[in-house]
Amino acid sequence: MFVLDTITHRLRRGCETMAYPEGPPPPLPDRHGGSLRVDSAKCAENCDACVGTCPTQAIAPRAGRGVTLDLGRCLFCAACVEACPTGAITQTGDHRMAARTREDLVLGEEGREEVRLAAALDAKLRRLLGRSLRLRVVSAGGCGAEEADLNVLGTIGWDIGRFGIQFVASPRHADGLVIAGPVSRGMELALRKAWDAVPEPKIAIAVGASAISGVPFTGNPEVLAGASSVVPVDLFIPGWPPHPLTILDGLLRLLGRLENDRFSPPAGPPLAQGS
Amino acid sequence: MSATSSFAQLTNATAVPWADVPEVPATELVSATAAELERGARICAWFGVPEGPGTRLAAVLAYDADNVLAVARSHPTEGSYPSLTPRCPQAHLFEREVWEQHGLRPDGHPWLKPVRATAGGAPANAEFFRVEGGEVHEVAVGPVHAGVIEPGHFRFQCSGEEVLHLEIALGYQHRGIEDALARGSHRATLAQIEAVAGDSTVGHATAHACVMEALAGVEAPLRAQWLRLIALELERLANHTGDIGALAGDVAFLPTAAACGKIRGDFLNLTALVCGNRFGRGLVRPGGCRLDLDAGRLAQLGERLDAALAEAERASAWLWDAASVRSRFENTGTVSLKQAGDLGLVGPAARACGLVRDVRYDHAAGWHRFAQAPVAVWPSGDVVGRARVRCLEIQRSGQMIREQLAGPQEGGMLDACPGPAPGMLAVSLVEGWRGEICHMALTGPKGAIRRYKIVDPSFHNWMGLAMAMRGQAVSDFPVCNKSFNLSYCGVDL
Repeated sequence: MFVLDTITHRLRRGCETMAYPEGPPPPLPDRHGGSLRVDSAKCAENCDACVGTCPTQAIAPRAGRGVTLDLGRCLFCAACVEACPTGAITQTGDHRMAARTREDLVLGEEGREEVRLAAALDAKLRRLLGRSLRLRVVSAGGCGAEEADLNVLGTIGWDIGRFGIQFVASPRHADGLVIAGPVSRGMELALRKAWDAVPEPKIAIAVGASAISGVPFTGNPEVLAGASSVVPVDLFIPGWPPHPLTILDGLLRLLGRLENDRFSPPAGPPLAQGS
Repeated sequence: MSATSSFAQLTNATAVPWADVPEVPATELVSATAAELERGARICAWFGVPEGPGTRLAAVLAYDADNVLAVARSHPTEGSYPSLTPRCPQAHLFEREVWEQHGLRPDGHPWLKPVRATAGGAPANAEFFRVEGGEVHEVAVGPVHAGVIEPGHFRFQCSGEEVLHLEIALGYQHRGIEDALARGSHRATLAQIEAVAGDSTVGHATAHACVMEALAGVEAPLRAQWLRLIALELERLANHTGDIGALAGDVAFLPTAAACGKIRGDFLNLTALVCGNRFGRGLVRPGGCRLDLDAGRLAQLGERLDAALAEAERASAWLWDAASVRSRFENTGTVSLKQAGDLGLVGPAARACGLVRDVRYDHAAGWHRFAQAPVAVWPSGDVVGRARVRCLEIQRSGQMIREQLAGPQEGGMLDACPGPAPGMLAVSLVEGWRGEICHMALTGPKGAIRRYKIVDPSFHNWMGLAMAMRGQAVSDFPVCNKSFNLSYCGVDL
C-alpha cells in the first residue's frame, strides 16, 4: 500500500461527525423509550400494579395515591409501563435525563413528574472547566457497557474533543472522575486513591444505574451502593447503560453549554492567571 | 466418545439428574479427569458443590469431535485432594477458585493464590512471582489503567525491555453474582446475568436462559431461538469490529481505527433496533425472547447490516494492505498450538493458534443446530492470527445473519418457563464473541437453585495472554492485550 491510498481512503470517508448539538440530536432507537414520566394523579386508588414488576425496586407506593419512581435505580425495562392500567407511567422518548442530585431523579410527586435536568456548575467552575474538561474514567465493578459507551463518545461520530472534553490517562491530569459500576469492595481503595489524586477543584460524575445506586447488585455484600458511597457526586447520568447521547447531554449541561436546550459557546473569558 | 464409566454423558443445553452423575473418591476424579484430558477432552468447568461439612468436586468436560459433554463428581471431601494442575495446566485457575470458595486445598498446586477474595478495599493478592537478578526490574500496571477500561493488575518481570514473566491479578470487579444466585433466583437475577460481562450480554443471557429451560424440561420457541442467534452474531460483529479498530489504533494506523470505531457503533445500533438497548439488554428471557422482529424492522436490519458489513470489509482491507501494520502484528505475542491446547484456550484466541474449536459447531444448540458457518481458524498464533480470525468471523457472522433474515422462522417468541425440576444439573455452552460461555445450575430437592456456576471465556484465556507476552517487549503489551481483549468482570463475577 502507498501512503497516498491511506490518505485517499480517509478523504473518501469525509467528515462523519454528527451535527448535534448545533443540529438536531440523532434519534434514539424507537424501542429505547427514553426517559420516564410518572403522573401519580392518574394512578387508580390503592393500585400498586407496577411496584412488584420492577426488578430493582425503584418504585415505591406514595402515601395516599400514586407511586414514586427513582430513575437512578431504573433499568429502563419498561415492565412498569406495561403493567400500569391507567397510563400513569409513560415513556417520554427524551434522551435528556442527567441530574445534579439524587432527589432530582425521583419522579411522581406533584410538580415532579419528570426529571429535573442538571443545572450548570457555578460560574467559577464553568470558567475553569467550561473550555477544557479532562476526565479520568474509573470502572469500579462496572460491567464494561458504560465504559464502552464512554469510549464511543471519543469516536469520530461523536468527537467529544470538539467540546474540549477529553478522557485522560491519569487522575493527576484530570479535573474530575467519571465512575462506572456499583463500586465493588475490591475497587473501593483504588477509587479513593484515584479521587485523592485529582487536584482541586474537582468533580465526580456517576454514569449508569450501578454507579448511581448500586443496582442491580443491591444486597450483594461484595458491592457498595454506587459512587456516592466513596466520593461526592456532582452529576448523575441514568441508564443501563446510558445512551451516548444521554451522557453527552449531561456533560454539556454540567458545563452550561446547553442553555434552554440551545448549544452555546463556553462561558466568559478564561480565568486570568492566579485568580 | 471415549469417556470412562466415571463420567455421565450429556449434550449441550440439557440436564441430567444429579443422582445419576457417577461419584468417585476425589483422588479418582482427578486421575480420571487427567486421563480424559490427555485423550483430547478439555475442561469446561471444574467446581465445588458444598454438601454437609465437605465439598463435592464436579468436572464438566467437552469432547469437541464427538459433540458431547461429560460430567462426574467426587464424594464429599474435606481438607485437601491431589491437585490436577501439575498434569493438566488448564485446571490451574479452576483449582484456585475451588480452594477460595470452599477451602478445599489442591495438594501440589504450583501457584495457589486467591482469585477474587477482597481485603481492605482491594483484592487479597498474595506475593507476586518474582524474577531475581541484577538486570531484572519489575513493572506494575493497574488496577486503574490509562484507557477507558476495567480494572486489573499486571505485574511484569523484565530484563531490559524483554518481558520474562507476566502475572495477571484480577478480582477488583467481584460483585458476588454466583453467590446471589445460589441464595435463590431473585427479581434482579436477569439484570445481574446481563451484566456478568456487559459486552457479552446476549451470550450470557442466552446461556442462562438455556440452563433454566433445560432445568424446566422445555425449549424456547423456534422463532426465539432464531432471534437469539441473530442477536448473538450481531454482538460478535460489534465487538470484533471494535477490536480490529482498537488493534489498528494500538499500532497507530488511524484510518481503520477511526472507521471501525464508527462501524462498531453501527452494529450496536442494529442490536438497539431489535430491542432498544445497544447491548441487547432485555431481549433474551428464559422461555424465549421478550420482543419480536416485525417485517419492517427485519427489512431495515438487513439493509443497515449490508451497509455496515461493506464498510467493515473496506476498513479491514486497508489494515491488511499496510505493510507497517503487518510488520507490527507478525510474530508478536505468539502462543503455540501446544500451549493453547494445554492452557485450554477457547474462542478466537484458540482458533488463532490453529485449534478448531467453536461451540456453535462442536456443541450446536438452539438455532445453531440449523445454521452453521465454517469455523474460522488461523495457524500463526500471533496478533496476525487473532486479528485474521476476527476478520473471517465478521464475514461469516454477517453471512449467517443475512441467511437467517432471508428465511425467518414463524411462530411465537415467548413461552412461559416453568420452575426448575428438583435435583437436576443443567449445562449450557454458548459461543460468545470471546469464546465459550458456560453456565451450570444445580437444583436442590425442592427445585431451588443450589449452586450456580458461570465460566466466562476469559477465565480460560487470561493465561494465554501471559504466555503470549513472554519474550516480548513491554511496549508490545497494548497490542497483545487488545488482540485477546479479555473481560475483567467476566472473570471476577
